[in-house]
Amino acid sequence: MTIEKIVSILDARVLCGEDKLSLVVKSACCSDLMSDVLAFVNEKTLLLTGLTNMHVLRTAEILDLKCIIFARGKVPSDEIIERAKQMNLVVLTANKTMFTCAGLLYEGGLRGAAMTWDEEKEEVK
Amino acid sequence: MIAESFSVEKGDYLRAGEASTKMKNMLKKLGIGGSVLRRISVAAYEVEMNLVIHSFGGTLSINVDGDYIWLISEDIGPGIPNIENAMREGYSTADEVAQGMGFGAGMGIPNMKRNADIFNIESELNKGTKISMGFLLGGGNGE
Ligand SMILES: Nc1ncnc2c1ncn2[C@@H]1O[C@H](COP(=O)(O)OP(=O)(O)OP(=O)(O)O)[C@@H](O)[C@H]1O
Ligand SMILES: [Mg+2]
Repeated sequence: MTIEKIVSILDARVLCGEDKLSLVVKSACCSDLMSDVLAFVNEKTLLLTGLTNMHVLRTAEILDLKCIIFARGKVPSDEIIERAKQMNLVVLTANKTMFTCAGLLYEGGLRGAAMTWDEEKEEVK
Repeated sequence: MIAESFSVEKGDYLRAGEASTKMKNMLKKLGIGGSVLRRISVAAYEVEMNLVIHSFGGTLSINVDGDYIWLISEDIGPGIPNIENAMREGYSTADEVAQGMGFGAGMGIPNMKRNADIFNIESELNKGTKISMGFLLGGGNGE
């Protein structure tokens, strides 16, 4: 699914990365707990979250995520948007709850990111 | 051998994560990528956040040595009273400040253990905690 389509499904506002809306996102994850994101996300995906602090960006940087969506209409500080620009991230804000955002994206055809350890556990142990 | 060390301050949420992202960029420049880079970066970030959230301060260092990359975190206290508990998914003593920032799932240490090829934790109450993680270059966990 292109980010452009996500913007239209969620009726979202683009906070930065307007030039990258044609990027394709294959899966999504949704959490306010960064360790959960770090534990379960294995692919370059999009993150839907209600947190708007620097650690969301750090998590995105660690995992090479491409797109962050802030739910409940949250808008982070200018400093955070500036940093997101430097990281070449697309950042959106959607004026809906996290549940509704996730539901709409799922309905639109987007699926969850694979849980990292589902596939790897067998090989590891 | 390439080695680099970063000091990490207690409660410094503003800079927290800087050391791990610097390490990640350093490894990228050395031509390390893919799954091993992701595993090292995730473990580094988790261990760095623990220094900020739970310790009195410490250092995070990285050594690139032959086939292994070593990530070592050492702090000056307070130590972990029960390592078995700390290793359990969902166990957390994170305070409200940390929780408000998206931490405290109790997933950090289990996460480090899963990502590293070699994981070792030692802790002494009132002294400190040392975590050493080894990552095999080419052909390790989930490669
Ligand atoms: N360096 C440390 N010094 C003292 N205690 C620690 C240290 N690192 C971890 N702990 C203890 O171990 C517990 C578990 O750590 P872990 O990283 O798994 O979870 P967390 O940090 O509480 O939450 P999360 O990592 O999911 O945000 C912590 O809550 C804390 O009590
Ligand atoms: Mg932790």
